[in-house]
Amino acid sequence: MDLYQELILEHYKRPVGAGLRDPFDAEVHHVNPTCGDEVTLRVHVEQGADGPVVTDVSYDATGCSISVASTSILAEEVTGTSVAHARRTIAAMRDMLTSKGESAGDEDLIGDGVALAGVAKYPARVKCALLGWMALTDALHQSEGVQL
Amino acid sequence: MSATPFSDEELGRIRADFPILSRLVRADKPLIYLDSGATSHKPRQVLDAERAFYERVNSAVHRGAHQLSEEGTDAYESARATIAAFIGAPADEIVFTRNATEAINLVAYAFSNGSAGGGGGAGDRFRLGPGDEVLVTEMEHHANLIPWQETCRRTGATLRWLPVTPQGQLDLSELDDLLTERTKVFAFTHVSNVLGTVNPVRELAERAHAVGALAVLDACQSVPHLPIDVSDLGVDLLAFSGHKMFGPLGIGVLWGRRALLDQMPVFLTGGSMIETVTMESATYAPVPQKFEAGVPVAAQAVGLAAACEYLTALGMARVHAHEQALTRRLLDGLTERPWIRVVGPPAGPERGGAVSFVVEGVHAHDVGQVLDDAGIAVRVGHHCAWPLHRALEAAATTRASFAAYTTPAEIDALLTALDQVPAVFGVEVSA
Repeated sequence: MDLYQELILEHYKRPVGAGLRDPFDAEVHHVNPTCGDEVTLRVHVEQGADGPVVTDVSYDATGCSISVASTSILAEEVTGTSVAHARRTIAAMRDMLTSKGESAGDEDLIGDGVALAGVAKYPARVKCALLGWMALTDALHQSEGVQL
Repeated sequence: MSATPFSDEELGRIRADFPILSRLVRADKPLIYLDSGATSHKPRQVLDAERAFYERVNSAVHRGAHQLSEEGTDAYESARATIAAFIGAPADEIVFTRNATEAINLVAYAFSNGSAGGGGGAGDRFRLGPGDEVLVTEMEHHANLIPWQETCRRTGATLRWLPVTPQGQLDLSELDDLLTERTKVFAFTHVSNVLGTVNPVRELAERAHAVGALAVLDACQSVPHLPIDVSDLGVDLLAFSGHKMFGPLGIGVLWGRRALLDQMPVFLTGGSMIETVTMESATYAPVPQKFEAGVPVAAQAVGLAAACEYLTALGMARVHAHEQALTRRLLDGLTERPWIRVVGPPAGPERGGAVSFVVEGVHAHDVGQVLDDAGIAVRVGHHCAWPLHRALEAAATTRASFAAYTTPAEIDALLTALDQVPAVFGVEVSA
C-alpha cells in the first residue's frame, strides 16, 4: 500500500524525540475521540537573537502508525527552529493534509512530512496525522500567550 | 430440529435483495462488508416500502382529516403493530424515537424530569435523589452510559458500575455489593457490541426486581440477531435501533410495560403528544403518543416494519444460527493465529456475532486500513465503548460483525487479508 511508505514506518518504529522532558513551558494533551489515540506534548521555547526559538518538543504518543509517525516528523522538523518557522511548518502540513490529495507538500518546510501526502486521500485518517500538529499549535499558544 | 445456517443458494438470494452488496470499492474490489454491527444494509423490500409511503400516502400522521392523513396514520400504526409483534409485545407498548440513543435518553430524562416534578406521569419510581443509585456495567456502549451519568449529575444520585472480567464477561460476584435497595435503575446491554458477550438478562432482571430497581435493557445488538420475546426477558424497558436490523436510519424503538409507561414522565414535548393545552400548562396524550412529540417518523416506521417482515420471513432462529456459524468460523481462524488476541468469550451460545481483536504490534486503525485496501469494511477504534477498552487494556480494537447476508467466504477473505497485516508493518510473527 502506498500509504505506508518506508519513511513513515521508520518514524513509527523509531519516533524522533519521543518521551517527555524538562524543562518545558507548556504541556497539552490531545485525543482523537474516534479511535482513542492520545498525545501528551511539551514545548520549550527560548528567546533567540531573532525571536523565540522552539528548543525542545517532547511527547508521549499512543496511536496508529500515521499519528505516531506524524508526531515524530513534527519533532524532527520543528525542534531548533524559530516559532515563526514552526508556525509556517504547521500551516504547510495542514494545507497538504486537508488538500484531499491535491497537494504533494512543501518539502522545504515539512521535510519527511511529504511522505504523509497519501493520507490526504483518506479523510478518516487525516485526523490521525494532524493529532500531534494540533497539539503543537495549542502548546505554542499556551507557551507564548495571546500575542500569537 | 435446530435451525441451520443459510445455504450458499439461500445466501445468493438474500444478497440479491441488497443492492449495495454488488457495488465495488477501492479500485474495483468487491465490497466485503463486515460492519453490520455499526449499521446494516437495507434490502429492496425496505427501500420500496419507504418509497411507496412517500409516493402514495405521505402526510403528517395523527393530524388532519384528509384521505392521505388517514392512510398515513393507518400505515404508521400498522407498522407499530408489526414491529411490536416482532418482539412479542402489544402495539401500545412500542414508542418510536429517532434512534436507540434517544430511546435510552427518553428513559434517563424521564427520571430526571420525574425528580424535578415533571408532568405526564405519576410515579415515585421515576424519582431520583442523593442516596439513590443507578447501576450500569463496564461493557456499556456510551449510549447506555452517558445518559445515566448526566441523570445522576442532575438528580444527585450516584452512578455505579459492574466490572468486566478479563474474559469479557460481567463480574457477577460483585453484584450483591453493587445492586442494593439503594439501586433504582439497573441499565445493561443484552449483547456487547464489542465483546459479543450475551448477558444473562433474565437473571439480571430478577436480581434488579428483588431490590426494587427497574431493569433497562440495551437490545441494539440482540433484536437484529436473535429471536426476542420481551415477555421472556423479564426487563421493564428495552431499546433498539432500526438501522442495525435492515431498517432505515432515523428510527429507534423503546419498549416498556404499559403500566410503567403510563407512570413515566414525558421527555420531548410539543405537538402530537398533548391532550389539552392552555397558555399555562398542558395535559398529555395516552401512551405511546405522549412520548412521540413532533410529526411522527412514519416513513421510517413503515420501512422498519418491512425490515421486521423481511427478518421474520428469513426466520430469526436461522439468522441466529447463521451468525453463530460465522462467529465460530472467524474465532477458529483467529485462534489459529497466535499474533492475534481476541477479546471476549469463546464461541458458543453466550457469544453473539461481534468479534473484536488486536493484532499484536499493529494499531487497529492500521489494521483497518490494510483491510479497507482489500475491500473489507470493518470497524476500528473503541466502538463507542471507551471505558471497556480501558478495562481490556486495548487502546483500540478491530471488529468484524455480521448479518444474514454475510457469507463464510467473506470470513475467509478477512482471515487471508489479516495475514498480510504484520508484514506491512514489519512485525515478525510466529506461525
